[in-house]
Amino acid sequence: MESPASQAVVQSHDMKESTDQWQQQMLELAVQVLDKAASAGASAADVTLNRGTGLVTTVRMREVETVEHTRDKSLVLTVYFGHNSGSASTSDFSAEAVAGTLQAACNIARFTAVDEDNGLADAELMATSQPDLELFHPRDISVAYALQQSLDCEAAALDHDHRIVNSEGASLQTHLGVGVYANSHGFVGSTRATRYSLSCAVVGTSNTKITSPAGMQRDYWYTASRCFEDLQSATEVGLLTARRTVRRLDSRKLSTRQAAVLFEAPVASSLIGHFLSAIRGGALYRKASFLQDCLGQKIFADWFHLYERPHLLRAMGSAAYDDEGVATRDRDLVTDGVLRSYCLSSYSARKLKMSNTGHAGGPRNIILQPGNEDFQGLLRTMDRGLLVTELIGFGINGITGDYSRGAAGFWVEHGEIQYPVEEITIAGNLRDMYQHIVAAGSDVDLRGNIRCGSLLLENMTIAGA
Amino acid sequence: MEKTDLLMQAKTALLAPTGLDEHGLEQVLDRMLSRQVDYADLYFQYQRHESWSLEEGQVKSGSYNVDQGVGLRAITGDKTGFAYSDAFELNALLQAADAAKTISQQPGEAGQAIHWDGKAPTVLYAPINPIDSLGAAQKVALLEQVEAEARAQDPRVVEVMAGLVAVQEIILVAGSDGRLAADIRPLIRLNVSVIVEQDGRREQAGSGGGSRCDMDYFLQQERALGYAREAVRQALVNLEAVDAPAGNMTVVLGPGWPGILLHEAVGHGLEGDFNRKGTSAFSGRIGERVGSVGITVVDDATLPSRRGSLNIDDEGTPGQRTVLIEDGILVAYMQDCMNAKLMGAVSTGNGRRESYAYLPMPRMTNTFMLAGTQSHEEIIKSVGRGLYAANFGGGQVDITSGKFVFSASEAYLIENGQITAPVKGATLIGNGPDVLQRVSMIGNDLELDTGVGSCGKDGQSVPVGVGQPTLKIDSLTVGGVQI
Repeated sequence: MESPASQAVVQSHDMKESTDQWQQQMLELAVQVLDKAASAGASAADVTLNRGTGLVTTVRMREVETVEHTRDKSLVLTVYFGHNSGSASTSDFSAEAVAGTLQAACNIARFTAVDEDNGLADAELMATSQPDLELFHPRDISVAYALQQSLDCEAAALDHDHRIVNSEGASLQTHLGVGVYANSHGFVGSTRATRYSLSCAVVGTSNTKITSPAGMQRDYWYTASRCFEDLQSATEVGLLTARRTVRRLDSRKLSTRQAAVLFEAPVASSLIGHFLSAIRGGALYRKASFLQDCLGQKIFADWFHLYERPHLLRAMGSAAYDDEGVATRDRDLVTDGVLRSYCLSSYSARKLKMSNTGHAGGPRNIILQPGNEDFQGLLRTMDRGLLVTELIGFGINGITGDYSRGAAGFWVEHGEIQYPVEEITIAGNLRDMYQHIVAAGSDVDLRGNIRCGSLLLENMTIAGA
Repeated sequence: MEKTDLLMQAKTALLAPTGLDEHGLEQVLDRMLSRQVDYADLYFQYQRHESWSLEEGQVKSGSYNVDQGVGLRAITGDKTGFAYSDAFELNALLQAADAAKTISQQPGEAGQAIHWDGKAPTVLYAPINPIDSLGAAQKVALLEQVEAEARAQDPRVVEVMAGLVAVQEIILVAGSDGRLAADIRPLIRLNVSVIVEQDGRREQAGSGGGSRCDMDYFLQQERALGYAREAVRQALVNLEAVDAPAGNMTVVLGPGWPGILLHEAVGHGLEGDFNRKGTSAFSGRIGERVGSVGITVVDDATLPSRRGSLNIDDEGTPGQRTVLIEDGILVAYMQDCMNAKLMGAVSTGNGRRESYAYLPMPRMTNTFMLAGTQSHEEIIKSVGRGLYAANFGGGQVDITSGKFVFSASEAYLIENGQITAPVKGATLIGNGPDVLQRVSMIGNDLELDTGVGSCGKDGQSVPVGVGQPTLKIDSLTVGGVQI
């Protein structure tokens, strides 16, 4: 019987070798599929292939809970017959399955309507270089090591405070993937990327007898990176989880009122996310955006600058080309509070009679220029109001900008946290909310595709008791 | 339909192409049993999915997707080893079995004979492929009719989007206890979304429906056209909506889809995994009062052809009807096999997974409250000032604190017992263990939703149903802007 560690090393070795093999096979398959699409009479076609593998280890209450060996594999093909298109996908790369996929896509194209805006992105927009964005950092991580990291992380949370009485566990996830995109312009792109994350969620109670569930609170923390060495340590993640959980104990309900609201950085990014959804081509050409016809208009305060930087080394959102092979480039979406660019793919650009901005698949690495004040400074600036640390629900109307979501957080007086609050909602309209963002913090959350600090809003309606 | 037919059909579709038979299944299970595990199973799945979408008056895109694979699970106590394979060949399955079994380091007893026992589920839906139930040209024509119907309702309709989805899923579960069960699950859905405009103000609303049957369903009783009319009606109501009020007030929920309240407020909190771990606001509360007298909530997978219905769950347990809350008293949790065993209970047939690539866990099927005795009119009439929420978008819950939200998509003020001005959608927030204790009137008008719901948990999405009669809740927080 082999030890888990030695087995994992073998797997990792296989993994590296198989990445090269996969990439080679996928590149060959992509070219074959495009040839076959041409033979089937398609005037244009594109194909996206993905293949990946990973490990997920989860522990709970200091015991192993699950060990998952994950795999993913897909081929997505779109064929064009003039301006008619059809798509099909399969998880099976066998010649038979791929032929069936091509046939299915061609069948669909026979029945779809002619749409003159349909088609590949223009050939001259294709990326001509594929710089190494340092997204691929394979590392030998054995099951035993992954479990130990997860155990250390949860232990740090459980041992931090006697009020931490239960746990939803800690989990280490690794993923290694290869992607290929090719189209009938002759563009062939391929990427390799790794992703690592460690997360923890624990339950605290102010009522130290766990027999009663009343008064329980949970919270979580996670760290994520392209490179395992860049993760926060297991102990750090555990400690942050515990502190975030304990500080929520004895939450109260606020009375209904108007007040200033400070969105803590991890939830502040959602406000930027709603903005990005509203400047998406898909929403704009359907006239389904609350930022319709707002190009060149002042949406935010003068100090507000929002940048897209798709080529950041090691970043989660980085890519040299978009989902249509179009070269990505640095772009300023908002400067001096003014909306400078939409996010368009070839289809939405044609619909809107505008230029393609290389945004098929969405924007990549969005950065809000940080303000001068750190989190404590923002609390002092707010003086009195609500600090929001968690948002739940889907109460955002993308067409009107009406906003109403469940919230939990802390009531702040004299620039200092007074007590935790829950079972309240915050409501407003995003157009109005954006104009009243008065400060952004220097406490930037670097974990996701949107990098921003905490955001302070002058005034919102809080509904509660 | 005989169960052997389902099993035979599934074997033909899933096992025959690679020549796998029961002996092969035994070999793979035996490989996992070479370590000390309590239970091991294989989940074979083949899924085909077709969708068509219309906008700007034309069906411009369509896609056809095939996904298949086998999930292998080895369980020891509360520990699970999991691996999967996209290939159905014996060697690939043995490799995946080797990965899954590493959850246990102790040698087990390989070589035990498995006595296969096919369970005979009641068949709730025909084992058809709904994708073939209507020709491509007719699907396109159906969507075009839907859009024409929407536009014909009102000149203020400026955009119509419609989508038609058909899915067939063939599954086979083989467990180390000899369970061998199969299911063939059709699923169809049609969605319509419209944008209306008046004096520069734009609003959106959507409607739709679906079932586990063939596409003729949408043609019967003008169902598809009905979705178009309903979407336009709601959007026009929203054109007139004023700002919603903020604060605590009496809330009346309409019948049908507003049953998402039950799904969020109590449903998730009654799933076995959270209760085994003690992380739910409902943990340890079996036998306690969690709702007013008269409130009975069930999870029922056995309704014929409903979106959330299951002949068998994804662990091979027959779908069941489980009473969760009886006359206000919490009586049961929803269980899958592992959590049931660890809690000394039995599976309630709620073990579900999005696909072979995910582990099963306790999930809802069709969750609804049984009807009471009062009429909808009586209930509205009893409210001096409050909110009538007729329709909802999505919802979410924090299982541990019990706080849940759901967002109204069609709501009105109630003033002096009368429904008056429409108000803009607002999020409602409450506490799961309390909210059903604040129900003071239960309508006689139980409705189930039209078949469009999907539930997400731990990144896994599964189709579900919800329903309820009209309900009056004496106090709930409404998240409007108007103080």
